[in-house]
This record gives sequence, structure tokens and C-alpha cells, in this order.
Amino acid sequence: MIDHVFFGVLSNNAINAAGVVYLLAFVAFASDLAISRTRSSSVRERELVAADGATVPAAGADTSAASGDTGGSAGSAERAERAELAGRIGMALTVLATAIHLVAVVARGLANDPVRVPWGNMYEFTITASFVVSLTFLLLVRRFSLRWLGVVVTGFQLVVLMAAVVGLYLPAAPLTPALDSPWLVIHVVAAIIATGVFTLGGMFSILYLVRERAEKRGTLKPGGFLSRVPDLRTLDRLSYRMHAIGFPVWTFGALIAGPIWAQQAWTRYWGWDPKEVWAFITWVVYAAYLHARATAGWKGQAAAIVALVGLATLWFNFIGINYFFGTSIHSYAE
Amino acid sequence: MTTTEATRQTAGDGPPPAAADDRQGLRPGELGPRELGRWAWRQLTSMRTALLLLLLLALAAVPGSLIPQTAVDPFATGRWKNDHPDLTPIYESLGLFNVYSSPWFTAVYVLLMVSLVGCIVPRMAVYAKALRARPPRAPRRLGRLPHAATLRLPHGADAEEVLAAARTALRDRSFSVVRDDDDTAGATSLAAERGKLREAGNLVFHISVVVVLVAVAFGGLFGYKAGAIVPVGQVFSNQVSQFDDFIPGALFDPADLPPYSLSVDNFDVDWLFDGPAAGQPEDFRAGLTTTAEPGAEPQRRVLRVNEPIAFGSSKVYLVGHGYAPVFTVRDGNGDVAFSGPVPFLPSDATFASIGVVKVPDARPTQLGFEGGFYPTYGFTMERGPFSRFPAALDPVVSLQVYEGDLGLDDGDTQSVYVLDKDRLNEIDNPDSDAPFRVDMVVGQTKQIPGGLGSITYDGLERYVKLQMASSPGAVYALVGVSAGLLGLMLSLYIRPRRAWVRLRRGADGDELDIAVLDRTEGGDPGTELADLVSALTRATGGTRAEPGVRSEKTHPDSSRASSPSVSEEPS
Repeated sequence: MIDHVFFGVLSNNAINAAGVVYLLAFVAFASDLAISRTRSSSVRERELVAADGATVPAAGADTSAASGDTGGSAGSAERAERAELAGRIGMALTVLATAIHLVAVVARGLANDPVRVPWGNMYEFTITASFVVSLTFLLLVRRFSLRWLGVVVTGFQLVVLMAAVVGLYLPAAPLTPALDSPWLVIHVVAAIIATGVFTLGGMFSILYLVRERAEKRGTLKPGGFLSRVPDLRTLDRLSYRMHAIGFPVWTFGALIAGPIWAQQAWTRYWGWDPKEVWAFITWVVYAAYLHARATAGWKGQAAAIVALVGLATLWFNFIGINYFFGTSIHSYAE
Repeated sequence: MTTTEATRQTAGDGPPPAAADDRQGLRPGELGPRELGRWAWRQLTSMRTALLLLLLLALAAVPGSLIPQTAVDPFATGRWKNDHPDLTPIYESLGLFNVYSSPWFTAVYVLLMVSLVGCIVPRMAVYAKALRARPPRAPRRLGRLPHAATLRLPHGADAEEVLAAARTALRDRSFSVVRDDDDTAGATSLAAERGKLREAGNLVFHISVVVVLVAVAFGGLFGYKAGAIVPVGQVFSNQVSQFDDFIPGALFDPADLPPYSLSVDNFDVDWLFDGPAAGQPEDFRAGLTTTAEPGAEPQRRVLRVNEPIAFGSSKVYLVGHGYAPVFTVRDGNGDVAFSGPVPFLPSDATFASIGVVKVPDARPTQLGFEGGFYPTYGFTMERGPFSRFPAALDPVVSLQVYEGDLGLDDGDTQSVYVLDKDRLNEIDNPDSDAPFRVDMVVGQTKQIPGGLGSITYDGLERYVKLQMASSPGAVYALVGVSAGLLGLMLSLYIRPRRAWVRLRRGADGDELDIAVLDRTEGGDPGTELADLVSALTRATGGTRAEPGVRSEKTHPDSSRASSPSVSEEPS
């Protein structure tokens, strides 16, 4: 018989399964990299030229196909094919893992009696926000040739899902009366989407800094992961786009929907509760990022650092406030 | 700031040109007061300063989340002050218990606001002018723009028809179009532009930030927040004397409090008794009888979390609940010195609560009781007394007893939840040296050693924690922040774009130059160009000329490098 307990078990199993498939996808993406790396020794000379110009094409597949053909070496072409295949398998597995991840999130909502949106505690928030990261990745992968990011996204999912299951898991349960409001859906879904999108933007910013450092030190190895990462300009722009999507959503979630609900539940639309303070800090830092980015002077490294400070405040607000600030009236999200 | 410092810091921007009459008595490089003022204004309204102020605001907000704030949680702040007597005076002088109304925090956001206004007012003037301006004329050599193409027109194509088709194609793509006959290249061209809303959105966003700040400040000045604990069966009337805590805005007049009163008739909690969330309330609600003003018709209402009751501009919220054991205290003379419910404050989710009973009327000495209340009593040697469940299944009070001077007579205000033990003596157990404790279930009476009287635990009441608040200007803040979001999205997603089409007549046939230029980075003008080209190819029957075989000579290297600078709009 299908009941709430069934969905609870289904959700837990689906999260575990999603974790396993993310792991497989991660392995596939990693073997793509590994195969490309061994291949690169034979075509190193040609690629060095490309790496020197700091504009290695984003899609590893194109590079490998092209260099395989012109290299004239049959082994190199075959390896390129294998790398391409591994990358494709990685993408297919990521799609599968994300689908299972979605099942886990939906089942978690159905597991609650009465049925509710699955964003009542940190575990539910975490599995939903990480789902948003995967989903956003899949939505953008074609448009921006992001397959190279697969290894980062799946690795991130592995770590986050493991942390969620081990550290944050709570059995499905009804909401506390204060959370029982339609604004929960609006306020929290906006926060979740913004968190997922900002996290993806943060990945681009981290990669920007790492790649920039490697370029400066001249340690950018052909065939390595960093040579797959697009050039700095593209990374900077990708990061900006993510933040330009996330920021209005955050503004809506934290500064419109949140205050409306707070006015209903807690008598005041803004009360400098620790969670509100940090949501405000996050907003201000990201506003500074967009501002800095728009005024041309702060592009690149400085902007990337501001973006990461923003991400740090966002995650601190999510994790730190719940664990270290018992006084926060938001802390029942534990 | 001294003038030399000022001079040094302006070096980067170049010293401001000095008016001759201001310069008397000044060394070269020194600034007169007017220049200094102008310099300071320019610094304040510069983009970098705005950014630094923004980051400073984020930084300044941090301490308020680490140190308890009087305006947020007066009880926690009081407790913190008791625990840290050394730090308290230092923190107090720095305003760290009221960060968000402290002078330094105010200074940061007022400076930010001034900087913002100083930035947007001139830009509004610029924008007003730009709004009326026509699209800029086509550059002399369109082929040099990064996104340009040339169409070779069929022989005998009608110039006017081609231009009309180009105009339609541009209009279809929401460009506004102006025609220039005899343009910079001596030909006829169309100049088109779109995306002026981006800057409008930008300005709306910045103005709305000011609107929100003003609305919030207004609400803070004229609003108030108050809390009251009302046991079931008692009446609360909306007066300052009945508030347990009261945080009025600086300009709030207590006479403006709406004169309603309410009695709490009943209060119900539905606890979850099993399942993973056992011990969590599923729902709680209070039945009230409200009277909007003296003499008005009483009304029965239900008050729930998330569903406040409004009285004019003021609202009553249910924010919490707890237990109020009912005690009767007889003094050493055998007289009833106290009788009634005493609210205990829950300290965790099991509703283990702490509270005090003050009996100033007891004779020969005043009596004080302090201790815990456990709705479902449990005890282990490791934990001591605790509560197993938040519902009152086995309610027990456990109190320590004090006699002496409660310190109520010297006029100082003190919390009803804290005993001032300066002039109180702990009463010891007559049989041992341990402090005397009374542990009671409902109905029990305990004698206090030394013939000081007795205490009876008569029964158990519930109380509700109400919060009363008014935040005038909230609607303006909401309108402001919503307009801000709209402006933000316009400024982020609208791309100002320019396009030009030029009809060039040549000996070997007519050609159409098409170019698209973005004024911001990150867009994809190439797609727009391709769409325009294909639309015009269809409309005119022309063919796209290969870049190499253009009749107009362009230096191959300069075609990209010499494009007009593409820059993002400052904001």
C-alpha cells in the first residue's frame, strides 16, 4: 500500500541511488579527463600553442576530435573517441542522477503527513538546493558548452548529499505551526533557487581564480582539467550571468517574500534577527559584486573574490546561524 | 582631514582646477575650502566610495548578529549583560546592544544614501537628455565594427524599397529608427537604437533603495513593538503599563495606542504524541473576547500564529505560549500574601520552564521563590529534573526559597523573571546544609522552614505571549522594494543595442552594410546581425558578400581592433 511511510523510504532510497549515480557520472567525467591527459602527450606541442593564447576551446570534444584528425596518429584518435564517449556517458548519468534526485525531493514532500512542500528543515533544504544546482547545470550545459563543469557539479553533489544524509537527516514530520503558511513555499523556494544558482556562480568564480593563478604561474598543463576550463573572460561572464539570475531571485525571496511573511508571523517585516542580518549581508555583498562588475574597474579577480565572499555569507547564514545562533527565531529550520 | 592629505589622495584623479580668487595664500597644490568641498563631494559620490560604503554596511551589520540586541530580544540582552559585567559598559558605550540604531551604523547608511542621491540626480538629468536624443549616426566605416556584414543587392533594386525593408526589419526587432540622407560616408543610412529602459531600470532601482530606507526609518521612528504575557482568564488592555516589554520608536506617542482590550478565554495546543516529531505542536490557538474601544460591542475571535488580529493600524500577534502555575503563598503571620498564576518562561522545546514568585507583602520578611516547572516531570541523577514532554501530563514545580529584601522598594525597575538576590538569604534545609527545595504536584502545600509561611501549588494555567506592533510606512517599503526589483531586472536583462544599415551605391552594383553594436558586454550581437541579414536577404533578394571580397577596402587587422569601445554601463 502506498502511504507516507512508503514515500519516506522511497525518498531515502532515491537520495542514496542519486548519490551512487552521481558517483558514476563523476567517474565517467574523470576518465574523460584522464584519457585526455594521456592523449595530450602526443599532441602536446600543438596544444601548448593553444594554451599559450589562453583560449583553449571550451568543449573538450572539439579539441580532441580536431587534434586527433590532424595528429594523424590512429591511437590518439581512438583515445579521443574514448574520451568523448566517457564525457557523453557522464552527461547521460548526470541526467539520470538528477531525475532520481527529483524523485527523492518529490517523495520527501509526499512522505510528510499531511503532505507538504519539502522545505521544512535543513535536510530538505539541502537536497532541494543541490537539486537546483544540477538542474541549472543541465539547463545551461548545451547553451554555454559546460560539459567540462560536469566533474565539478557531480563531485559537489557527492559531497553535499553525503553531508546531508550523514549530518542533517531528519525523518519526515509535520511543520511547526509557525512554518505552516503559503509564504513558506514562496519565501523558501526563492531562497533555494537563489542558493543553487549562486552556488553554481561561485563554482565559476573559484575556477576563475584557480585558472588565473595557474596562468600566472605558467602551470597550466595541456590536457589537464584547467585547460578544459574556458578562458578567464568566459568564466568571468558565466559567473556574472549566474549572479545576475540569482540576485533578483534572492532579492525577491529575502527582501520581499520574507518580510511579508515576517509581518504576518512575527509582527514586523524586518527585525534584525541573525538570519535576517545575514540575508541582508549576502544581499549587500552580491549587490557590491554586480556593482563592481558593472563599473568595469573590478572585473576578473576582484569581482570573483567579492562573489565568493557573498557565497560564504550565504552558506554561513544557512549552516552557521542554525547551529551557532540558538537565539535566531529562524533556527527551527534545523 | 588636513589639506596635504587631501592633496595626496586626489593625485590619482588629478588635482581639481583651482579658481584664481580661491588660491590666495595657498601653496601650489593646496586646496581651498571650496575645492576641498567639491573634492569631498566627488569622492563621496564616486563609484568606488559607494562600493566601499556598501561593503562597510555589510561589515557593520555583523556585530548585531553576534551580540544580543535590545530591540530584538530584550530578555536575552539582559541575560547577556548579567553574564558579562566587565564587557557591558564598553559595549554599551559603543552602542553594540543597539547596533542598527547606533550612530556609526546610521552614519554608514546615511553616507551611502547621500552618495546614492549624489550619483543618481546627475544621471537622471543625463538620462532625460538621452531619452530625447536620436540614435547616433552610423560610423563612417561600418565594416570595422566587430559585428558587421555586407549584402550585395540585385541589379536594379529600388533604393527606397530596400531602405523601407530595412526599416521594417529593424522596427520588427523593436529598434527605433532614424534615416540619414547624405551621412558621414556620403550615402543614405538608417540609425537604430533600443534598450533605453536599462538605464531607466537602473535609476528606478537606486531611487527605490532610497525610498525603502526612508520608509524603514519612518516606520522605526513612528512605530512601536510591545510584548505582553497574558494568562488564560485574564484581561489585557492596550496600555504601556500592561506591556512586559515595550520598544517605542523615537517619535512614537503612547497616546496613539488604540484603546482596545481583550480577554483570553481559552488556549489550546494540539501536540503530536507519536511519530518522529512527537512533542511538536501541530497547531495552537487562543480564543479571545475583544473590545475595540471602551464601550464597544465585545467580539469573540480566534488568534493563531500567522493570523494576527488588527485594531486600526496596530496588530496583535500570537507569538508564543507557556505555563503559569497558580500559587497561594501564606506568610509567617498566616495571612495570604500572594495568590494567582505566575508565568514561567519555557527554556526549551519540552517546555521545561523557569520562573520566580515574588511576595513583597509577606511578613515578617519578604519571600522569593525561584526554580523550574516541568510539564511532564522526569528525573535522572545525571540530568537532574527535566521535562519529558511539552504537554502537562505530570506537571511538577521545583523551587528554591529566599527571604529578605526583594529590592522592589528602591524604585529601580527589575524583571519579573529574575530575583535580585543582593539582599536575599537562601533558606537551607533544616536537616542538612543543602538549600531547601520545594517539589510539588498540583494540590500540595509545603511549609517554609523557620515558620516563615507556606506555599500551595493550586493548579495550572496557560498563558499566551502576545506581541503588539505597528510599523507605519510598511506599504511604502513594500512598494519601494518591489519597484526596486523591477528596476533591477530591467537593468540586468535589457541590453542597449545599436544597429545601422547603410545603402552604398557602387559602379558594380549597390551594397547594403549592416552592423550591430552592443553597449554592454555579454550579449550576443552576432545572432542579431545574422537575423537581420537573413531578414534583409529575404526582403531584397540580395546575397551576402564574403568578407574578403568587399568592395570597401578595410585593413584586415583593423576590422576588429578598432571597434568603438564596448563598455558596460556604470550604475
